[in-house]
Amino acid sequence: MDIHEYQAKEILSQFGVPVPRGGLAYSPEQAGYRAREIGGSAWVVKAQIHSGGRGQAGGVRVCKSEEEVRDFASTLFGRNLVTKQTGAQGKAVYRVWIEEASDIARELYLGFVLDRKSERIMIVASGHGGMEIEELAETDPESLRRMTVDPAVGLADFQARELAFALDLSSAQVSQMSTVLKACYRAYRDLDATMVEINPLVVTGSGELVALDAKMSFDTNALFRRPQVSELRDRSQEEPRESAAGDYGLSYVGLEGNIGCMINGAGLAMATMDMIGLAGGQPANFLDIGGGASPERVVRAFRTVLDDKNVEVMLVNIFAGINRCDWVAEGVVKAFREVDVKLPVVVRLAGTNVEEGKRIIEDSGLPIMTADSLEDAARKAVAAAERRAAA
Amino acid sequence: MAILITEKTPVIVQGMSGRIGQFHAADMIKHGTNVVGGVTPGKGGDRVLDRPIFDTVREAVRETGAEASLLFVPPPFAADAMMEAADAGIRTAVCVTDGIPAQDMMRVKRFLRRYPREQKMRLIGPNCAGVISPGKGFMGIMPPSIYMEGRVGVIGRSGTLGYEAASQMKALGIGVSTSVGIGGDPINGSSFRDILELFEADPETDAVMMIGEIGGPQEAEAAAWAAENMTKPVVAYIAGLSAPKGRKMGHAGAIISAFGESAQEKVEILSSHGITVAPNPSSMGVTMAKVLGLREAA
Repeated sequence: MDIHEYQAKEILSQFGVPVPRGGLAYSPEQAGYRAREIGGSAWVVKAQIHSGGRGQAGGVRVCKSEEEVRDFASTLFGRNLVTKQTGAQGKAVYRVWIEEASDIARELYLGFVLDRKSERIMIVASGHGGMEIEELAETDPESLRRMTVDPAVGLADFQARELAFALDLSSAQVSQMSTVLKACYRAYRDLDATMVEINPLVVTGSGELVALDAKMSFDTNALFRRPQVSELRDRSQEEPRESAAGDYGLSYVGLEGNIGCMINGAGLAMATMDMIGLAGGQPANFLDIGGGASPERVVRAFRTVLDDKNVEVMLVNIFAGINRCDWVAEGVVKAFREVDVKLPVVVRLAGTNVEEGKRIIEDSGLPIMTADSLEDAARKAVAAAERRAAA
Repeated sequence: MAILITEKTPVIVQGMSGRIGQFHAADMIKHGTNVVGGVTPGKGGDRVLDRPIFDTVREAVRETGAEASLLFVPPPFAADAMMEAADAGIRTAVCVTDGIPAQDMMRVKRFLRRYPREQKMRLIGPNCAGVISPGKGFMGIMPPSIYMEGRVGVIGRSGTLGYEAASQMKALGIGVSTSVGIGGDPINGSSFRDILELFEADPETDAVMMIGEIGGPQEAEAAAWAAENMTKPVVAYIAGLSAPKGRKMGHAGAIISAFGESAQEKVEILSSHGITVAPNPSSMGVTMAKVLGLREAA
């Protein structure tokens, strides 16, 4: 689960990371008022969306007067900001953050992620932060400093010192850096984060460390024990179909193609998408209906997939273990009747209660194409999509 | 003799009193698994499926001599249940639970390291289908009927894709010695490499089918180990060739994905280590048949 920059800054600041003074606005008037509250003569006005690359997309500007703050903010509200991370549809701006402008002498990068190899929290740091970092990660990944933290001990002082010296910080800044590192680590650990990132972490003209931008993501598996994190969820930033599917325990990701998919298990879902690609088609989505799917959940999944108007053909591929083919078949038949499906549907069933499942499909008399294998299913779906395109 | 479970292995089920635990325990017993009891804190003294229920794993081990445990414990309590099993002397634990917080798994893995090698519990999962030695016994949620007894070991992250591989092989008359679901979570108990080691040492396994997917370093590590240490052929499939890069927020994601974790990169790494990679998910069985055939001819 992602949160906004201003929320991440608020959290990190509570743990001891220095951040610029700022305030949130929901309207241009509030933005102007915030600027006056903060004081000074220059402010940074930042669109709050769940994406990086906001600066290059025109979502961030340094303003020199209250009027300019108000004017720029009024161009942001309601606008769909398209960054290189949002995809073509962009993300809508409903919140704007105004903060005091900082005097930047140096930009550093600091990230905390889950390292699957060491099975620990890993710190990634660089002496060259800001927009350069992505390029650096591509061209010179070795220049990034990496360090893992033993969960039983936590981040040791010597580790923080080592990292600070490696980034060529002055001795006065080393203790500040140590504070920032430990604060981020505690925030990560205590709130079940999956990512904490400060980019850039700047050294100001007077030698102070300040977090100019911050991002945090959280482990959705741990939300049961983090109600204060759940509260920060902003549904306006989520793809509506993905977010609605998630509410029903379905894992859905919308894609560009025209073959709608309904599959059980993430691995089989990916394999089916691969097979569609090899047969010359393109999947419209990834959808894992999960284990123990009832006919009702299958109907819900059908609705979710068909809600995407690009879908020309529907492919159902179920290898039932904990699931039951007869329930899935019942769901497919029910969906057909309730949703009034007009598209070609290909169904492949295997595993638990497969015979009953096949019989339910057959007895329904509905125009459902059945397939015997993964390959057969993918080929039939692609052929059906091509027939529709030709018609 | 297969690996991890045979018809003799005494198994307990943590969470056997629950609806799901009871359903699968009944299926395990029906297929010959030696289920000796269950553990549900607060239900000690009850009987479920004509087996005794204990309050603690330690008590269950003492009373029944259990060596393996299957966990159907809800996510908030699963990490604790795994550590309890490890401390009670369980040798092999299989955790089916999906949705355990990553930091809980970090803690479990750290906890397991406190035991000397010969006393350390082997953990399979979480978020996995389980372990089955066809015709002998199983611990998990898979449909046993899709597996044929035989001499190919199967290791996979995904449960249903593992079923797919087993049924493709069965259709070609190729059976399975043991199939192990290592689970889809970022931090899991046993890696591909850990299970490859067991299959290499198992006299009843002739070849191994390894089913990986995008993300994480485990497939590459296993391939490097296999190139140095395996005498048995390994066939692999990597799911996610067509998967688009995840929508990421910030640079941290971009940095980890720069490590070489895409399906295409994994296929290249595996092939370069002498592993035969099935070109698509429908050809897992056929590829294994070819590899076994070539080997017989040689």
